[in-house]
Amino acid sequence: MNIVAIAGSVVGSKTKSAMQYTVEILKDKYPDQEVSLLDLAEYDMQFSDGRNYLDYQGDTKFVTETIMNADVIMVGTPIFQASIPGTLKNLFDLLPTSALEGKVVSMLVTAGSQRHYLIPEQQLKPILSYMKAQVVQQYVYIEDVDFYRKEITNDDVLFRIERLVEDTMMLARTYQQMQREKDAKYDF
Amino acid sequence: MEQYRIDPQKGLEFGLYTLGDHLPNPATGERISASQRLEEIIELAKLAEDVGIDFFSVGESHQDHFTTQAHSVVLSAIAQATEKIKIASSSTIISTLDPVRVFEDFATIDLISKGRTELIAGRASRVGNFELLGYDLQDYEELYEEKFDLLLQINQEKYVNWEGKYRAPLRNAHVLPRPYQGSLPIWRAVGGHPSSAVKAGYAGVPIFVATLGGPVSIFKRTIDAYRDALGEAGHNPDQFPVATAGFFYLAETTQQAQRETYPSINEGMQKTNGRGYPKQHFAQGASPRDVMNIGSPQEVIEKILYQHEMYGHQRYIAQMDFGGIPFDKLRKNIELIGKEVLPAIQKYTAK
Repeated sequence: MNIVAIAGSVVGSKTKSAMQYTVEILKDKYPDQEVSLLDLAEYDMQFSDGRNYLDYQGDTKFVTETIMNADVIMVGTPIFQASIPGTLKNLFDLLPTSALEGKVVSMLVTAGSQRHYLIPEQQLKPILSYMKAQVVQQYVYIEDVDFYRKEITNDDVLFRIERLVEDTMMLARTYQQMQREKDAKYDF
Repeated sequence: MEQYRIDPQKGLEFGLYTLGDHLPNPATGERISASQRLEEIIELAKLAEDVGIDFFSVGESHQDHFTTQAHSVVLSAIAQATEKIKIASSSTIISTLDPVRVFEDFATIDLISKGRTELIAGRASRVGNFELLGYDLQDYEELYEEKFDLLLQINQEKYVNWEGKYRAPLRNAHVLPRPYQGSLPIWRAVGGHPSSAVKAGYAGVPIFVATLGGPVSIFKRTIDAYRDALGEAGHNPDQFPVATAGFFYLAETTQQAQRETYPSINEGMQKTNGRGYPKQHFAQGASPRDVMNIGSPQEVIEKILYQHEMYGHQRYIAQMDFGGIPFDKLRKNIELIGKEVLPAIQKYTAK
């Protein structure tokens, strides 16, 4: 399976730290799988203008193609202005409407306080569902107080990330099995 | 209808179109040379003419995995190689071309073909041609509308006075040569969304609707919206033909037809658009209520007749060569069209 972790913001370090930690767990527990981290801060992304993703060039083409080739996506996002960052929304806008069909997607969220706890539920999840992702129901929500100098210090958060990785991989395997059974019905 | 060289008394016209894709045969992974592909496209037109197919068209696409970028040149070769069959572009991306030059090319092909040439102008679904030919994608809508209007004007007027945003003005310009019968049938390519069909209706131009997959009823809405718009704008809907275009393939049984085409269509779509065709959707394509004409001759005949009943269209155009289907299979399909499909369509749709 091809697994892609996304750090969905160009500013700050917490989402990136959380995603790096997630990637380490993935590599450790699933050494046979391909895992990569897309930190959007490292790429020069164009704003979506409605064209097919294959018609972009450079970083935009690389990032969108990497996502389209993934079987599993773990989206990391901070909360900005009571929503996901524009950077991450732009990434979704660059992709076709059913881009996430056949992919399992899970969410990790970093935020300043608990007041934004339902933002991923109400803003990110509908986008993922619209784009036909198989969304892992639980997500990991991480607060400022869980970090100390770019490291996650709250063991509860670390355990929750481990569980999210396990659940994501379990759903991905189940989903692929389901897809195989579905396709086996046809003789072409 | 005469303006578009269509006689409804003769029933539904049957045509073929190729996008000029240049993709490997998924079974072998091998790709024929670009030269061979072009030769086979010209050969396909000749075979189509031999069995009595009415129409053959070639698309323009500027991206990897395609070979008919210079589609008017290919059509010119087809004009020379054939005698009766109608030929056209499907479609010419007018947005990034000069309408004067396009008209010169197509009027010339019309003279070579002795009045068999038509022009279908579209907006491009993939947009590599914008950068390649020096245009700004921000002008996508406006470029198309302005240039399409100019093309229609050149077609209608001997001396053109015109001013616009995306091309130098024309002052009493005499655009030559003039087509064989004075003007060309010019159609608007519609991707299936009603809004584009509605614009065609207001402008009073015929439409060529792409119907790749999904229920017939969805596309009926687009065609109905087009005819309503024609009426609202004061045109008589009975005077404007409608063509539909989509996947087509015949084999002994529908199961065999699906087996022979699924890998080509799935991998071809994956390569050219970045997303394959889900098996479940493809399997539903066999339903009599789905637009996809892939199946046994009898089932496909019934589907085409059902579509004709729903749309009341004048022309159906089949795409059967997408995704590296080997030429001997295409030849076999053309034989079956001539022997089984055309007589049946003729029998049930001619007045």
